[in-house]
Amino acid sequence: MYHWIPFWPDTAAVNAIVVNNLYIAELGVSGLIMVTVVAMMLTFCIRYRKGSATSRADRVQKTWHFEIGWTIATLGAFLVLFVWGAAIYIWLYQAPRGDEEVYVVAKQWMWKIEHPGGQREIDALHVPVNKTIRVVMASEDVIHSFFIPAFRIKRDVVPGTLETIWFKADKTGVFKLECTQFCGLQHATMHGEVDVLSGPDYARWLTGQGVHESLAEQGEAVFRAHGCSGCHGDNSTVHAPSLAGLYGTYVHLQDGSVRLADEAYIRDCILNPRSFTVAGYPPLMPDFTGQLGEDDLLKLVAYIKSLAKQESAQ
Amino acid sequence: MSVTTVERGPAAEPAAAFSAPSYLTEENTVASWLLTRDHKRIALLFFASITFFFFIGGFAATLMRLNLATPGGLLQPAVYNRMFTMHGIIMVWFFLIPSIPTTFGNFFVPLMIGARDLAFPRVNLGSWYVFNLSGLVVLYSLVMGGADTGWTFYTPLSTSYADGYVFAAAMAVFINGFSSIMTSLNFIVTIHRLRAPGMTWMRLPLFVWGIYAVSVVMLTATPVLAMDTFLLAVERFLGVGLFDPNHGGDPLLWQHMFWFYSHPAVYIMILPAMGVVSEIIPCYARRPVFGYAGMTMALMAIAILSFFVWAHHMFVAGISIYSGVAFSLMTFFVAVPSAIKVFNWTVSLHKGSITFDAPMLYALGFVLLFTLGGVTGLMLATLGIDVDVHGTYFVVAHFHYIMVGATVSAFFGALHYWWPKMTGRMYPETWARFAAILTYVGFNLTFFPQFILGYLGMPRRSYTYPPEWQSWNLLSSAGASILAIAYILPLLYLGWSLFRGRKASANPWRATGLEWATRSPPPAHNFERTPVVTLEPYCYDPERDTYVTQEGVPHAG
Amino acid sequence: MPASAPPLRPEIQFATLEQQGDAAQLGMWAFLVNETLFFGALIFTYYIYRIAYPHEFAVAAKDAVLWCGSVNLVILLTSSLTMVLAINAGAQGGRHAMIGWLIATAALGCVFLLIKGYEYYQDFQDKVVPVVNFVAKPGAGSAGELFWVFYWIATGLHAIHLTVGIGLVLYMLLWRIKRGEITPAYYAPLEVVGIYWSFVDAVWLFLYPCIYLVGRS
Repeated sequence: MYHWIPFWPDTAAVNAIVVNNLYIAELGVSGLIMVTVVAMMLTFCIRYRKGSATSRADRVQKTWHFEIGWTIATLGAFLVLFVWGAAIYIWLYQAPRGDEEVYVVAKQWMWKIEHPGGQREIDALHVPVNKTIRVVMASEDVIHSFFIPAFRIKRDVVPGTLETIWFKADKTGVFKLECTQFCGLQHATMHGEVDVLSGPDYARWLTGQGVHESLAEQGEAVFRAHGCSGCHGDNSTVHAPSLAGLYGTYVHLQDGSVRLADEAYIRDCILNPRSFTVAGYPPLMPDFTGQLGEDDLLKLVAYIKSLAKQESAQ
Repeated sequence: MSVTTVERGPAAEPAAAFSAPSYLTEENTVASWLLTRDHKRIALLFFASITFFFFIGGFAATLMRLNLATPGGLLQPAVYNRMFTMHGIIMVWFFLIPSIPTTFGNFFVPLMIGARDLAFPRVNLGSWYVFNLSGLVVLYSLVMGGADTGWTFYTPLSTSYADGYVFAAAMAVFINGFSSIMTSLNFIVTIHRLRAPGMTWMRLPLFVWGIYAVSVVMLTATPVLAMDTFLLAVERFLGVGLFDPNHGGDPLLWQHMFWFYSHPAVYIMILPAMGVVSEIIPCYARRPVFGYAGMTMALMAIAILSFFVWAHHMFVAGISIYSGVAFSLMTFFVAVPSAIKVFNWTVSLHKGSITFDAPMLYALGFVLLFTLGGVTGLMLATLGIDVDVHGTYFVVAHFHYIMVGATVSAFFGALHYWWPKMTGRMYPETWARFAAILTYVGFNLTFFPQFILGYLGMPRRSYTYPPEWQSWNLLSSAGASILAIAYILPLLYLGWSLFRGRKASANPWRATGLEWATRSPPPAHNFERTPVVTLEPYCYDPERDTYVTQEGVPHAG
Repeated sequence: MPASAPPLRPEIQFATLEQQGDAAQLGMWAFLVNETLFFGALIFTYYIYRIAYPHEFAVAAKDAVLWCGSVNLVILLTSSLTMVLAINAGAQGGRHAMIGWLIATAALGCVFLLIKGYEYYQDFQDKVVPVVNFVAKPGAGSAGELFWVFYWIATGLHAIHLTVGIGLVLYMLLWRIKRGEITPAYYAPLEVVGIYWSFVDAVWLFLYPCIYLVGRS
């Protein structure tokens, strides 16, 4: 659809089409402003050059008529662009549950990808076409930025929290995956490939990885190894909130606030439980700062989310 | 406001003013320069310092463009990373921010408001010494190997992971802030308290308004950066985790505080440039500036709104989507007064009698480059687009259009426009016009391809890139070499004109401002008698080719 | 002595002494706008972390020496009073009263610093000096250290400002007043120092609850 425009990047996702339309509108408005300014400037410079015979009489006196005119005109045009852009932003940055999920750990200088089935890859991301993919991202060290130009999506991966983004590729092929936040010496080489595969190809790729344990199952092992199950397990006598069905619900906290239990919330609760004491429960949980790497945290998150899925399935 | 324009008794007039030598020839010992309290000499001292740093920063840029001429690159990654970091730090804090205020602001604000000096001459001189001290620290950092964080010092990269001389670079920025504060404080008090009789606020030349607006922004934004870099230095030096998530810190807090300064800093760079252009265009179009009151209000509106847009640098950084939306809206608001100014400058050519001397060419180039930088700024303010192009060369191109295209054009415009007044010599017009046009060509060749590269997805701060982007990068590097010539050229012919240039009269451009009412170059305390202002600025009449100075003296064509 | 001193003339850029004093005052106010944002930024970071870690901050702040901070608050407030009395005396030509109140002001400032020094010694004993000998208290976690980093930076910067203030008062005493340059006709320099002194006082007014009253309700 956009291939005839010169110097246009690949457009390979539904996200990209939406952004393309806005971009073309912006180019139009910008072009209009530029052409107006250049045309006026050229006309005046030629017409009123020193020595030209044109009359200079009756110069505009009430300048504010014009000023109010172009204030309102630009403000109107800007507000339209603002609303349009903001609508897209809200849509892009509120990741839906998604048909598929992918976990990403960014570190100097690679993208580590973990699929829920337990498949792992580095600097490569295999996804099925025409499926909504929810990407959950963590950073082990500095701030990175997850950018797929052909999908027009980008989000910084800030250490100390989890970020989510989503996309729905509508074209198979290989596209660039980049880091756009300077992250140290080899920042320039921190890139990879996104392989968008057809459904059957993707299924074949998943099974071809020779993995036996899903991410949630690995998470369950971490869950037991760190003693989480002692309090949060089914048979525990400790008065601790149940984790089954937690993901995606709203949690009432001791301090009166209400939080959506998304991936970032679950991660925060593990690392800094005192600030997220659930209403009606004693603040007993020790904090796990420094004891869990980002890999293990993501596994735990995947496991706790899988508990939610079982609940809704029953 | 009339209270502030105190009448001066004749008792305070400098004695024997009529035979007084110019500020340049009055006394010429080393001490008379290094300990001077004359704002004009201090302006020249600053001019020497920032010119030095401009070429250091430019040298780093040359190496970068050389490296990017081939996909593989010529430099070691570590060297490249340090080059773009030092290029950013030096160009932002050691050239662009002080550029127009400390040189032309220092020289011409007292002259334009009819004062004999700034309110606090010792503070002014102190500012230059503090600036040079910070300059020594940044040179130390550079010579020892440079910082490798990018000029934005994002944590935790800068505090825990980078292995360059980040501490020294941060301290240089910290110390540099004191110079900004001293200079801006001086301007605010001077403009409030030292205006000549009759020089009301609505008779101030727009350049003075620009300097006033920028001083307000500098005074209120710089301390936040000072605290921010101080905390960064503490964390880096002592290892306590103020911005480090492993210690419970928040990396985004650094960004919030950094951009709370550094977004207004962009306006610190552009507001004085807007003032310069508002002086040059009426003078060469021989007509009053279109909408003087609107121009002053737009300047102040930009200065105030600039404090409420900082998080537009962080749309993809993990701030809440609601703050993203709010900051996007504010960013569109700040674009409105900028748009007003662009239209007003353009219409200021209507029914004028235009000549195209070098300052005018620079000013017209400024308007065009600023407009292009502005409309691409709108794209970046639009959230949906920013998510795509943030952190790519699109951003690099955008801010170079504003900060280099616009501000440096205005700097050179000001330099040519006021050269006769500062030195008493005329510059060679043909060469100057050639340099102005060359700047325009070289600049667009360098930076326009970067818009395309950015939209294609080339990340900034990369020493290497895929081969399919080489043609655009090569074009950019070629343009950069033209730009380099265009920037070195004035150094040569202006240097020549110092000794061989035609002697300048008091008012070679037939301009209306008070700075032209005194001799070229001005005597030590500026005026032989205190001027009394009776008119608004820019009383040019293109129809009869006459003009009336601000003192109410009419001049025929 | 004042009677024999030549009449003071304004600097070259000013027309009158009144204008010169006016400019000096405006300059100090502008400087304080800048200082407000400097300390404001610090207190802002403090509140960001206090909101993020309310429990940890409450536990950590228990180690702050309450009596030192409180006595110092009273001392600084009193010193602002003596400063104003000095300016008042200066304006009315009461030279001896002015000198006396200024000495009192500087002395109170020094007492503040002495108590602050003793408090630092106590803090060292309590092992709450980050980097040097910090021991996290149970329940305070790593965020407790953030509180103490803030404490040292904030009180340290404040102490530097107060030291500058004492220096300015001494400069007034030993130079400007001695040379007879502060008269009822022109006492702007003294007023400028007074404005600065009150600002340093006000900063402590904001730091005090941030440091000493957290978690003590």
